[in-house]
Amino acid sequence: MGEFLLVTIQVDMQDQLALRLQDDLTRAIEKKGAKGVLIDISALEMVDSFIGRMIADISAMARILSAKTVLVGMQPAVAITLVELGLSLPGVATALNVGRGMELLRESLRNSDSDDNFLER
Amino acid sequence: MPKGILAATLQQRSQKILAQWLKQLEHGAAISKARLSSAELSRQAGEFLTLLTDAAQSNDITDISGPGWLPVRSFLEDLSRKRVLAGFSSDETATFIFSLKRPLFEALQEECGSGDIAKLSNVLWAATELLDKFGLHTVKAFQASREEVIGRQQTDLLELSTPVVKLWDGILALPMIGTLDSARTQIVMESLLQKIVETESQIAIIDITGVPTVDTLVAQHLLKTVTALRLMGADCIISGVRPQIAQTIVHLGVDLQGVTTKVNLADALALALKRTGVSFTKQ
Repeated sequence: MGEFLLVTIQVDMQDQLALRLQDDLTRAIEKKGAKGVLIDISALEMVDSFIGRMIADISAMARILSAKTVLVGMQPAVAITLVELGLSLPGVATALNVGRGMELLRESLRNSDSDDNFLER
Repeated sequence: MPKGILAATLQQRSQKILAQWLKQLEHGAAISKARLSSAELSRQAGEFLTLLTDAAQSNDITDISGPGWLPVRSFLEDLSRKRVLAGFSSDETATFIFSLKRPLFEALQEECGSGDIAKLSNVLWAATELLDKFGLHTVKAFQASREEVIGRQQTDLLELSTPVVKLWDGILALPMIGTLDSARTQIVMESLLQKIVETESQIAIIDITGVPTVDTLVAQHLLKTVTALRLMGADCIISGVRPQIAQTIVHLGVDLQGVTTKVNLADALALALKRTGVSFTKQ
């Protein structure tokens, strides 16, 4: 993927694992000089407020490290659950699948002058 | 003893009772409105009388909730259900039972003879109570069946009234007719999001021309749908915003959170096409 990192979340995360993920990811962003992170949650059938917060946190951390985060592959049921929980994940860009997510990241890098306006919702 | 006389009368005089009962029923609405054939009606009456006679032989006639009366109760529930579907009213259905009273009373009178008035009045009272209970049971079953039909129609209506249409590659439209309550919102979200996944669409246009009023609750439901769409990486445009709605939204202080709104579907479509990089030229 070159300058992008792909994170695929496939299992239910508990605290320890989530902290490990944040640690590994931030280190990888720094080490590879990644400009974008794709978090693929298409395998998650269920999401709770914990995961929601974890995703928002990862996104914020990546932004501080000058990388963009795009969340991809959210299933309809998961989207509805998050909305019912009142978690709209503001500031996290989203895309339907990995392909679209990559397009989004590439375009944002091209417009890196107005970068903060583009992906922020 | 009332039970004994009633059971015996039913057993011994059933032919005559049935014949007279049918005569009563034939004059009733069922035949005159031609919703039930003569043959079908006499079959129903015959079956009920047989079940009633059998059950009365060995069961307590003051309590119809016992297991021995189950065949009679089931028959009446089935009858009610059929009559609901055939368009009968509840009183027409109950009359089926009540018109049995006169033939039954006459038979009881014959059985008791002209001797003991007290005995006769006791058994008449027992008979009337029994038939009243069955009449009420029939009405109750009728109501329940009706409500079942209404419930089913409501579900159908709910599903039919939220179609998701594909306007163009990557552009879906959801024309909403009627008010938006939480049950409807759930269905809308599910079908819309599912369609987004299936068609890999990027933009959904929700047209609210057919929504009579937008109050804070409706606005909340709309925004929920918009948020869910965003989480899945799609964009949303709300079209069909009428002047009254615009006023209401501002007066209520509803925050549309940056959702693009358009007055009509045409404008929304034009914007959606622009966003997806499609343009048309006139020849």
